[in-house]
Amino acid sequence: MSSQKDSERTGKPKRGFSRRGFIRGVGIGGGALGTGLLEQEALAAPPPAKVVGPGPVPITLNINGKPVNLKVEPRVTLCDALRNYLDITGAKRVCDRGTCGACTVMMAGKTVYSCTVLAIDAQGKNIETIESIGSPEKLHPVSAAFWNNDGQQCGYCTPGFVMACKGLLEENPHPTLDDLKKGLGGNLCRCGTYMGIKAAVMEAAKTMPAAGGKKNG
Amino acid sequence: MANTPDYSWPPSSTRKIMGTGPKRLDGPVKSSGRAKYSSDLNLKDMLHGAYLTSPHAHARVTSIDTSAAEKAPGVQSVYVIVSNGTEVQWQGAEVAAVAALTEEQAREAVRLIKVEYEVLPHNVLDHELGKIDPAFTQKAGERMQGDPDKAFTEAEVVSDGIYGIPVVTHCCLEPHGQVIQWQGTGDASQIQVFPSTQNVTAYAGDLGQRLKVPVTNIRVKMDYIGGGFGSKFNPDAWAIVGANLSQKAGGRPVKLWLDRATEQMIAGNRPSIFAKVKVAGKKDGTITGWQGETWGSGGVAGLTMPNNIPYVFDIPNSRRNHTQVKVNGGPQRAWRAPGNQQASYISCSAIDDFAAKAGVDPMVVFAKAVPYAQQARRDTYLFQLQKAAELSEWKTLWHPRAQNGNGPVKRGLGIGIATWAGAGHASQCRTVINPDGSVRVEMCTQDLGTGTRTIITQVVAETLGLPMSQIKLLVGDSSLPPDGSSGGSTTVGGVSTSSRRSSVNALAKLLDAVAPDMGVPADQLEARDGLIRVKGTPGKSLTWAAACKKLGTTSISEMGVFTARGNDANGMTTAGVCGVQVADVSVDIETGVVKVNRYTAVQDCGLVINPWLAQSQVHGAIIMGIGTALYEERIMDQQTGKMLNPDMEFYKLAGIMDVGDIRVHMDIREENDKRGVIGLGEPPAVPICGAIGNAVANAIGMRVPYIPMTPEHVLNTLEGRA
Repeated sequence: MSSQKDSERTGKPKRGFSRRGFIRGVGIGGGALGTGLLEQEALAAPPPAKVVGPGPVPITLNINGKPVNLKVEPRVTLCDALRNYLDITGAKRVCDRGTCGACTVMMAGKTVYSCTVLAIDAQGKNIETIESIGSPEKLHPVSAAFWNNDGQQCGYCTPGFVMACKGLLEENPHPTLDDLKKGLGGNLCRCGTYMGIKAAVMEAAKTMPAAGGKKNG
Repeated sequence: MANTPDYSWPPSSTRKIMGTGPKRLDGPVKSSGRAKYSSDLNLKDMLHGAYLTSPHAHARVTSIDTSAAEKAPGVQSVYVIVSNGTEVQWQGAEVAAVAALTEEQAREAVRLIKVEYEVLPHNVLDHELGKIDPAFTQKAGERMQGDPDKAFTEAEVVSDGIYGIPVVTHCCLEPHGQVIQWQGTGDASQIQVFPSTQNVTAYAGDLGQRLKVPVTNIRVKMDYIGGGFGSKFNPDAWAIVGANLSQKAGGRPVKLWLDRATEQMIAGNRPSIFAKVKVAGKKDGTITGWQGETWGSGGVAGLTMPNNIPYVFDIPNSRRNHTQVKVNGGPQRAWRAPGNQQASYISCSAIDDFAAKAGVDPMVVFAKAVPYAQQARRDTYLFQLQKAAELSEWKTLWHPRAQNGNGPVKRGLGIGIATWAGAGHASQCRTVINPDGSVRVEMCTQDLGTGTRTIITQVVAETLGLPMSQIKLLVGDSSLPPDGSSGGSTTVGGVSTSSRRSSVNALAKLLDAVAPDMGVPADQLEARDGLIRVKGTPGKSLTWAAACKKLGTTSISEMGVFTARGNDANGMTTAGVCGVQVADVSVDIETGVVKVNRYTAVQDCGLVINPWLAQSQVHGAIIMGIGTALYEERIMDQQTGKMLNPDMEFYKLAGIMDVGDIRVHMDIREENDKRGVIGLGEPPAVPICGAIGNAVANAIGMRVPYIPMTPEHVLNTLEGRA
């Protein structure tokens, strides 16, 4: 937990090698190298960027249009920051390694798997979660389409699918069936709701205002 | 009430809400991301838990030292599950757990726990019986009926084949776990727990027994569950561990959920089964004999001899042998129609191979086997075979094996069949009608995403003649009337029967209360369209609100009880459905890739409360089945005893591009309606591996023995390496 323990590990990874342990040591972005394992490269590299952690560091995230201050260890993912630190739980942690899409949010206008983005790296970018795009009383057109077409059962994958669908339609307002299969191929559902989801995307393509505000109202 | 009330379902011709397809009630809250699953909860002062699990498939714990973990930053409690001498029997078995202020601290702290093991011999092989150390296998006997030797001697056609279906995991998207708080000790304990469970009612009793806390002091609540599929009935070890971590941390709530790798390793799987089968019969496609040797595993307990192979068809002359295989892997759990997918796959494959050997259309061979099915199901199977043939365009698209085109992409069709029970479980419901006209319905059931909330509300709204929006339904709380577990496709039959009874009873009380003012006996009144009106004289009526006002200050509160024993169902719910499905696939013989073109399901059903949601159940079952038929497999490494794909990258689920066109025919007919409500979660999930396996065999002209139908398995077969 402390930096002391981290230095004890230098040169000799004890219990294997965890992804988080690795990420924690690396710090911000790909440029900052801090682990013993990469020491040689670090010596050869230009002076490293600012190294933070491994303890909690203050960060500011811009979430759903509001700046939010929190203190997290550098290894905390955006997904965990949202769910564990900010109680924004629409995005779900399922595979926790960028396979299933249940944690999908928008960052700087693009859909991302929030489990593979470090919270610290998400600073300075607009983050949009499902909580900002409508409510049960006033559903976003994509959410409404999922309801109208029964594109959900247990519903655990649904928020991720809704965000992925919204992202797809913003890039491609008139998807073909093939486009939508590719566009949503990065999201997985275990209950098997794909028939409803296909119909939902086609409906949402008609009802969702296009990104430029031109189309379909 | 002098007479027993009439609980029977209203005739289909008079139903206004049942039998229609309102959208699911929890749709808006789910599709807007606001549904709070137990794994979403962040309670005040909550701690985060993390597990240390066994890295070995089989080992004895020789020492465990938690001192460093206890001193680690943020740690509030440490709980050791094993003791010196404990044998862990699979990788991922729980060893110790930590609760800390943050999840990161908890994860870091478990890494500081030092455990030493004496590694013991393991086995994780289940598929080639000859390669398994005999210490891990056990003969489980022989069963025989008729005279199989004579049947094979006299047979005009004998086919044989090897078939196998591997262990697959439940892979619920919401993992197993809970948020749990244990305050106080002994009889003074108070426990509140928010699990992810298919059985909220029994959860408290089970937990109480294991923690020695009176059930009255335990409150279980769950609003939503992110998938169960048969793996989430009991509190499991993790609830006990979470409770102890909470108590040791001074009663602070603890959030403890399995990470994905542990979830895949220990939180449920469907046992494997492998078989060598010979089928005897006549040239016209009549089957006369069966000889099957099976083996498989559901973990260290092995797998008992299945009693449903051959599936559905009780072939008169048969011999069956079985060998149990003990595997050091996480133990099996019920998996959406336990034992049925495996039995269906092996049986349908063997029948299809017999058909190919005899040179007879498999549709004909299946139809000729129907007399071996239960008397009550025979007509249905014949009807379904015909309907499935029609919807799949069997006559046009099916060709005998090896006649499916000259190019590299071959097309094939195959049949799979199912049977299941699905009668309602015991259920208790309370309906409260208040003087202000509001209606509250209470039942400790749970909505797995099957639409349970929606169908209960439909039943009560239908009974009371009210719109669904006027019914407030409470479920998922152990303080509500006890209900049953959502397993075995028993929920819909149970909750619809008890909610019908409860609302009929409550309405009778209301009619008693207003009858004097209406000037007619209560039995002359009915509730329709928001009115209490005189039967046959619709003009003479009271609005619902005016009628309820006559209750003064006292609400009506009436129970409806269904015991699921004896004959108290009275046609409201019965058991027994069957189904026939046809897969239409393309197989690229150069790459081995199998693609589902179209999938047809003919589904037997009883009275369907919500055809729209029922169809979603069938779609979901088929899509899950396509995943298991084409992609899913728990891959184990015998050298290390480890699961090689405890994740979702290499444990592959079907995605939106993998499922093809699915056509469902729900057999909603008056004669089926009379059977009452029958559950549908499981029956349509059964035939898929059989249907797809047969379609692949039909396409490429060779049997691919092993599910899943991956390029590896297909190409091995084509190259003669299978």
